[in-house]
Amino acid sequence: MPAPIRLRELIRTIRTARTQAEEREMIQKECAAIRSSFREEDNTYRCRNVAKLLYMHMLGYPAHFGQLECLKLIASQKFTDKRIGYLGAMLLLDERQDVHLLMTNCIKNDLNHSTQYVQGLALCTLGCMGSSEMCRDLAGEVEKLLKTSNSYLRKKAALCAVHVIRKVPELMEMFLPATKNLLNEKNHGVLHTSVVLLTEMCERSPDMLAHFRKLVPQLVRILKNLIMSGYSPEHDVSGISDPFLQVRILRLLRILGRNDDDSSEAMNDILAQVATNTETSKNVGNAILYETVLTIMDIKSESGLRVLAINILGRFLLNNDKNIRYVALTSLLKTVQTDHNAVQRHRSTIVDCLKDLDVSIKRRAMELSFALVNGNNVRGMMKELLYFLDSCEPEFKADCASGIFLAAEKYAPSKRWHIDTIMRVLTTAGSYVRDDAVPNLIQLITNSVEMHAYTVQRLYKAILGDYSQQPLVQVASWCIGEYGDLLVSGQCEEEEPIQVTEDEVLDILESILISNMSASVTRGYALTAIMKLSTRFTCTVNRIKKVVSIYGSSIDVELQQRAVEYNALFKKYDHMRSNTNPSVTVITIQASNSTELDMTDFVFQAAVPKTFQLQLLSPSSSVIPAFNSGTITQVIKVLNPQKQQLRMRIKLTYNHKGSAMQDLAEVNNFPPQSWQ
Amino acid sequence: MINAVLVFNNHGKPRLVRFYQHLAEEVQQQLIRETFHLVLKRDEHICNFLECGSLFGGADYKLIYRHYATLYFVFCVDSSESELGILDLIQVFVETLDKCFENVCELDLIFHMDKVHYVLQEVVIGGMVLETNMNEIVAQVEAQSKLEKAEGGLSAAPSRAVSAVKNINLPEIPRNINIGDINIKVPSLSQFM
Repeated sequence: MPAPIRLRELIRTIRTARTQAEEREMIQKECAAIRSSFREEDNTYRCRNVAKLLYMHMLGYPAHFGQLECLKLIASQKFTDKRIGYLGAMLLLDERQDVHLLMTNCIKNDLNHSTQYVQGLALCTLGCMGSSEMCRDLAGEVEKLLKTSNSYLRKKAALCAVHVIRKVPELMEMFLPATKNLLNEKNHGVLHTSVVLLTEMCERSPDMLAHFRKLVPQLVRILKNLIMSGYSPEHDVSGISDPFLQVRILRLLRILGRNDDDSSEAMNDILAQVATNTETSKNVGNAILYETVLTIMDIKSESGLRVLAINILGRFLLNNDKNIRYVALTSLLKTVQTDHNAVQRHRSTIVDCLKDLDVSIKRRAMELSFALVNGNNVRGMMKELLYFLDSCEPEFKADCASGIFLAAEKYAPSKRWHIDTIMRVLTTAGSYVRDDAVPNLIQLITNSVEMHAYTVQRLYKAILGDYSQQPLVQVASWCIGEYGDLLVSGQCEEEEPIQVTEDEVLDILESILISNMSASVTRGYALTAIMKLSTRFTCTVNRIKKVVSIYGSSIDVELQQRAVEYNALFKKYDHMRSNTNPSVTVITIQASNSTELDMTDFVFQAAVPKTFQLQLLSPSSSVIPAFNSGTITQVIKVLNPQKQQLRMRIKLTYNHKGSAMQDLAEVNNFPPQSWQ
Repeated sequence: MINAVLVFNNHGKPRLVRFYQHLAEEVQQQLIRETFHLVLKRDEHICNFLECGSLFGGADYKLIYRHYATLYFVFCVDSSESELGILDLIQVFVETLDKCFENVCELDLIFHMDKVHYVLQEVVIGGMVLETNMNEIVAQVEAQSKLEKAEGGLSAAPSRAVSAVKNINLPEIPRNINIGDINIKVPSLSQFM
């Protein structure tokens, strides 16, 4: 059997493949060769074969048949074998396969190996993929290595311990003694991973957290040394000493200082020092500053420190680096509720970020802007946000529109401003407004009684030119239907009233009905509006009847149903038409004559108190036939806006038996339903 | 915690794939593809942080990436990692590779995938940051390479002319890398092919 090809040979071959199919063929061929080689139990070439397998695995091809081979490699005496074997185990195996348990013994042996790099491999593998059983078995070994003086092993053991604790939380206690001296280390790698271990333990257990609070002074000291120490080339990154370690320590301090006054006080000074002394021209400095800000905001720091932190964030907003601006906005968003006033000071910078090129920065700036709107700045802020709504990407428009509606509702300085703002949103981003906004807006408009004329006029003008934005058209249709009478009567106080005829109004509504751009819901609104206008308009009722009857045979079932019902209203209930106004009570009187002679020239008159208005419609006739053989019916409409109890004085005049008769009476016993 | 480390080129071909949670192969490949598409869309003006939503399973996972010539280096992290800190870590990783491979380029990553994994292993264990000091990392990687070489290396074959050339002490060529300078632009990495 020829020697299996080398890894680089395989890679070179695969790179010559011109199609996916060709590559697949090559891979399959090689896999077959590898399988036969495995079957031959060849020790020399096993590592080479597994390496190739891992390469193919990275490209997405199955490699499970190599799992057992990895175990054999791990058991080998050669470092090369172990190295690729452990890598293979980490990439191909997990605790769901029983095979992995076979590793436990090898790892145990390797944790005690004479070569530190082998021990390192074992720690690495255990720390990556050790199952709960493995962790239970080997925790003791890890704990031992946590106490070794070899810093290479100690730092790996610390991270391995974190993994063990994650898998088997009950074992946390076991590592407690070893943590005693961890922070006394000089080696930064060990310090770093020790802080990670301490952080994990504090996050998992409140008892541990309480226990480790006593480390705060020591942590503060270490941090101080890092800042104050002179130039130390081994740890230096852009003039800052080990920024990664500083960030880790700051994070642990955050966890320790949270909700604890004493700890927070102990770290106040160092936080202020880091905040003011850190060089900000490079990214590493900013990473430290950012972590400092987060810590200050999370612990019980004094207000001066908090203001300092927010000002740092404000400075970040002006930084050229977009990443810095992004994290600043994220943090400000988190603190805007608790430190509202401090964040307000940076409002103009935040609003400028609305014009940023970066989409995620824009989004955060938008959310933050909405959080900052209050009664004092609402006019200015809305101007900026409306401008943003105009120019932003479509994915923002719905949220921005909703945000503006909410803010306007909360802080509108005047009703007119409120309506204007709504109008602006509807006309700018009318098609992005959420569906549930339409009924809310209608409710709002209904409640602004004195603005009805203005609103309907503006809405009418808005849809005249363009009726494609559905939410706008829906709100406009509803308003025209409800307040169409105000529109044509030309009474508008807020601005120059326009001259509109009833026909022009019906023109626009009919256009909406026919337009292809109108959604079904919109058509429903338009049809209902037309119908409502039949009680508000006086000259065009016939036209309305015609339109409604046409839609009685519309394909759209919803429209058809409406039209048919409206038609019925026209036919059967015409006399009640103006009773769509609930303040109007309709009374039908019937007069009958039981005498043996007719009553002629019968006139019914009625009078009502001042707060009422009366309308008498024509009676059915002026003759009441004798012997109860017929009746006169007459409809009286009473307008009762103040809903007072209805009282009426009535006068009947008629001719009977040749003489003029007159009857007067007072009616006070109208049923309450008629006037309530 | 770091959830995954992915390196792929401008066409989406994977050069290094390391997940710190176990996922089925198809899922891994899908994640690589989708990550590539997400990252490819990003402009130069946009920040290096991407919220990837539920792509990797967790709600608060972010993709933090850096683009060097033909390669994307992507770290998927959760909220326990500092975003700015991870950006720095990517830089450390790349500069370390540069030291280990001597002016690293894409071909180095292609032909020495195993070595790249070994370097990563000295930086990250189980999704947690192990070591950030470049010189430390390089020293440890080189010590282990020596061990391997003494045993004959992966090819398990006697030293050949090629490896003999590698062992020749070439005169020290001054490199243009500024040791202490972790800045966004690293001119010495322009050799990515």
